[in-house]
Amino acid sequence: MRRAAALAGALLLAAAPARAESVAPYAIVGDAIPMPLAGAKGDAKRGQAIVGDRQVGLCLLCHPGPFANERAQGTIGPDLRGAGARWSEGQLRLRLVDSQKVNPETIMPPFHRTQGLSRVAGAFRGRPILDAQQIEDAVTYLQTLTD
Amino acid sequence: MTVLGSRILAGLFGVALAPLAELRAGEIPFAELRSGSELMSPDTRAMQDADSANPGMLWVIEGEALWNAKAGAANLACADCHGAAELAMRGVAARHPAFDAKRNQAVNLAGSIEWCRVERQKAPALTAEGPEALALEAYVARQSRGLSIASTDAALRPLIESGRELYLRRQGQLDLSCAHCHTENWGRKLAGLALSQGHPNGYPLYRLEWQSFGSLERRLRNCLTGMRAEPYPAGASEYLALEAYLKWRAHGMPMESPAVRP
Ligand code: HEC
Ligand code: HEC
Repeated sequence: MRRAAALAGALLLAAAPARAESVAPYAIVGDAIPMPLAGAKGDAKRGQAIVGDRQVGLCLLCHPGPFANERAQGTIGPDLRGAGARWSEGQLRLRLVDSQKVNPETIMPPFHRTQGLSRVAGAFRGRPILDAQQIEDAVTYLQTLTD
Repeated sequence: MTVLGSRILAGLFGVALAPLAELRAGEIPFAELRSGSELMSPDTRAMQDADSANPGMLWVIEGEALWNAKAGAANLACADCHGAAELAMRGVAARHPAFDAKRNQAVNLAGSIEWCRVERQKAPALTAEGPEALALEAYVARQSRGLSIASTDAALRPLIESGRELYLRRQGQLDLSCAHCHTENWGRKLAGLALSQGHPNGYPLYRLEWQSFGSLERRLRNCLTGMRAEPYPAGASEYLALEAYLKWRAHGMPMESPAVRP
C-alpha cells in the first residue's frame, strides 16, 4: 500500500518535471482550496518528514507538534496537534499555500507563492518554499492529527 | 544601577524625554522595553556581568592597546587627541548613530572611528568588521556601559523614518518583517529560542553561536538570511538606517556592550 503510494508519487514526479520551479494554479472557495494542487496525491509519511524537518517545512520553528525534540520547537503558532480536527483538507491547503489569504497580517510564510515577494535571496528566487507535491504531502499528514 | 532600576527610570522619564514622540504610535511602550539579556539563561547573564568571564573583554583589552598606539602618517594615537577614553568616550556609543554636521551625513560608531583614523591619524582605514575595528569599537562602546541610549538628534529623523520603513517591510522567501518577530512575537520561542525585542544596546557583542565577537550589522545579516532575504551589501546605507531606527526605538535603555548573547 505504502509502496503503491510512493510509486504513484514517483510517477507524478516524472510526469511533472517543472514542479520544483513553479507554482500550481488553484481556486479558492470560501477559506479553502478544495482541489489538490496539480492533482497530486499526498502521502502522510512523507508529509510527516516535511513538517518535522526544520530546514524543509520550517513548521517547527514556529509551531509545537507531535515530534520528539519538544524543547527545540516554536511557540509562535498554535500546536499542530488537532489541526486535522479543526480544519478541513481544503482549509489546511489554503493555510499552507498562502496564509495571508486568511489573515493578511500573519507571520506564517506563504509556502506556495513566488509573486509579491521582495528581495528573495538568490538560492530561493523563483521557487516556492514547498512545491505542489510537498504541500499535498503536508496536508495529508496534518489531516491525521485529529487529537 | 540594575537593569530593572534603569528600566523603571526610563519608564518614568522616557515619555517626557522622548524624542520624536509623535512617531511612537505602534512601538513597544517605553515601560515594556526589555533588553535581550533579560531573556537569557542565568548562566549567560552571569557571563556577561562578570568581566573575568565575559569573552568580549578580550576585544575591549585589545581595543585599549589600539587606543594608545600611535598610527598613521600623523603618528598620533587616539589618546593623543582625546586623552583618557573613560572621560572622552563616555556616552559616545549611547548617542550614535549621530549626525555629523561637518560632513552633512549620519554616521555610526564604526564610521566615526574610521573618520578619525583616516582624517586625523592619516592611516589607512581598518578593515570593516575586522578584528582591529571591532576591538576599537568594543573599547569605545565599553565607556557607555550602563548609560542610557540617547537618540535625541532631530537631524536623524529622516534616517530613523526610513529605518522604520525597512523594519516594517516584508522581505525574503518567508515574507517576514522584522516586526513580525521582534515587535509582535518577542518572548515567544522560535525553534526553542526566546525571541527578543531586537534591541541594539549590547553591540558590539560576543555571541556564543558565532563563537566570536561581532557587530550589529552581522546580527542583521543573520536575521535577513533567516528570512531567506538577500542581505544588503556590506556597509550599505540600509544597515545605518536600521541601526538609527533601532537606537531610537530603544531610547532610554542602558547600553550593555560588550554584551554576551546565546
Ligand atoms: C514563521 C511562523 C510560522 C511558520 C514557519 C509556520 N506557521 Fe503555521 N501558523 C503560524 C501562526 C502564527 C498561525 C496562527 C494563525 C495566523 O496567525 O495566521 C499559524 C496557523 C497554522 C495552522 C492553522 C491553525 C491551527 O489551528 O492549527 C496550521 C494548520 C498551520 N499553521 C500549519 C503549519 C505548517 C504545516 C507549517 C509548515 C509547513 C507552518 N504552519 C509553518 C506561524 C507559522
Ligand atoms: C524569523 C524571525 C526573525 C526576523 C524576521 C528577524 N529577526 Fe532579528 N533575531 C531573530 C533571532 C532568533 C535572534 C536571536 C535571538 C534574539 O535576540 O531575539 C534575533 C536577534 C536580533 C537582534 C539582536 C538582539 C540582541 O539582544 O542581541 C537584533 C538587533 C535584531 N534581531 C534585529 C532584527 C531586524 C532589524 C530585523 C529585520 C531586518 C530582524 N531582526 C528580523 C529572529 C528574527
